[in-house]
Amino acid sequence: MKTKSLPKAILAACALLLSLSAQAGKITVAAAADLKFAMDEIVTIFKQANPGDEVVVIYGSSGKFHTQIRQGAPYDLYFSADIAFPRELAKSGFAAATVKPYALGRIVLWSANLDASRMTLANLTDAKITRIAIANPKHAPYGKRAEEALRSSGLWEKVDPKLVYGENIAQTAQFVLTGNAQVGIVALSLAVNPELSSKGGYWLIPDNLHKPLEQGFIITKRAEGNAVAKRFADYLDSKPARAVMTRYGFVLPGETARK
Amino acid sequence: MLTDSDLQALWLTARLAGIVTAILLLLGTPIAWWLARTKAWWKGPVGAVVALPLVLPPSVLGFYLLLAMGPHGPVGQLTQTLGIGLLPFTFWGLVIASVFYSLPFMVQPLQTAFEAVGDRPLEVAATLRASPLDAFFTVAVPLAGPGFLTASVLTFAHTVGEFGVVLMIGGNLPGVTRVASVQIYDYVEGLEYSEAHRLAAVMLIFSFLVLLAMYAWRPNSRTET
Repeated sequence: MKTKSLPKAILAACALLLSLSAQAGKITVAAAADLKFAMDEIVTIFKQANPGDEVVVIYGSSGKFHTQIRQGAPYDLYFSADIAFPRELAKSGFAAATVKPYALGRIVLWSANLDASRMTLANLTDAKITRIAIANPKHAPYGKRAEEALRSSGLWEKVDPKLVYGENIAQTAQFVLTGNAQVGIVALSLAVNPELSSKGGYWLIPDNLHKPLEQGFIITKRAEGNAVAKRFADYLDSKPARAVMTRYGFVLPGETARK
Repeated sequence: MLTDSDLQALWLTARLAGIVTAILLLLGTPIAWWLARTKAWWKGPVGAVVALPLVLPPSVLGFYLLLAMGPHGPVGQLTQTLGIGLLPFTFWGLVIASVFYSLPFMVQPLQTAFEAVGDRPLEVAATLRASPLDAFFTVAVPLAGPGFLTASVLTFAHTVGEFGVVLMIGGNLPGVTRVASVQIYDYVEGLEYSEAHRLAAVMLIFSFLVLLAMYAWRPNSRTET
């Protein structure tokens, strides 16, 4: 009896799992790490406005998501910190619609134990500062801009030996938050979060020192025709969502940057 | 062909694994010996602590180490007072992390080998007036020889295969903390697949050869003893 009912139970469990995953109303969003706090808030208010919809967000590095989507990762929307990644995916047929720019990112100098608001990039050559965290310029968009800002200030050679590289911008902030690096160049969107801004302070790096951090998103091919994905994408253009993005220091399409 | 930075990463990986294996031989042998011989009630708890890295996610270890070795952590404050500075983002920081991470790979095979030696040879040595230390080096260690080889190979290979902990406390510094596994990860992240393929193939072949050598050696040792 027991041996006979067991396979049935397994089948039933599998069927249940399948039906759950096939249930409409749930989407998975892959978002660049700089969106961590802003996106969490947007998802919360989106769910309040659309009670039936479920949104799961995974944060990580834009480059990794790009690779994963190429390999068939089950993400319905992809928010990249660098619009070049979704553009490339769209070109290769991985997008359901055109690439949409959603914000310009800004970089700041931030410290957890020094008042970085009184600092400029030139202070990084100070002998007291032994470790500076930036995101890996090789593949992290924020790291690339950090390197550009240091280079155009003529500081790269001098600070290069002090640099440590975060895998993405959130890990870079974490190196600074734990005090293992005294300062870091992180996303403004992370630095304005109370958990970070309550410690130390930040200094906005002038945006003429680096190329713009143009960020874009796509609805992926697998979410083509998915009503929830469409609703969520549209919601980013709504007033409440834009307000959240602005509060986290993002410059929205059609707006101008603060200097 | 492999680039200079690949060779640098491989050399760094080999150096890290070699140093960690040497340290763990010194550190793991007495622990394994004690675990194999003791009847104390806390043998269980100690054995469990030693085995923890087998089941603990590397992120847990990395998280604790990052905080402990940071400026506000106990280890960090100690190293700062000693004038060493902070350990994260340094080669020796990785060494310490890897010693924790690979501890069971050294201790467990050694413990099994020591247990297999049993009481008898040591009792015989004692009747021949060998001191316990003497008996350990002249009787137990040679008899546990294959165990030492297995433990060293596994420790070395496991350290070579380390990734998560290094990613969390390494800071990705070329020649300092950018080991081969992290270098491959960087290539993949940067969409440089052909570079990733080359280094990944080196790692795959290396790992296979190490295990092949170990398994090939084992049956022979059995017929010898």
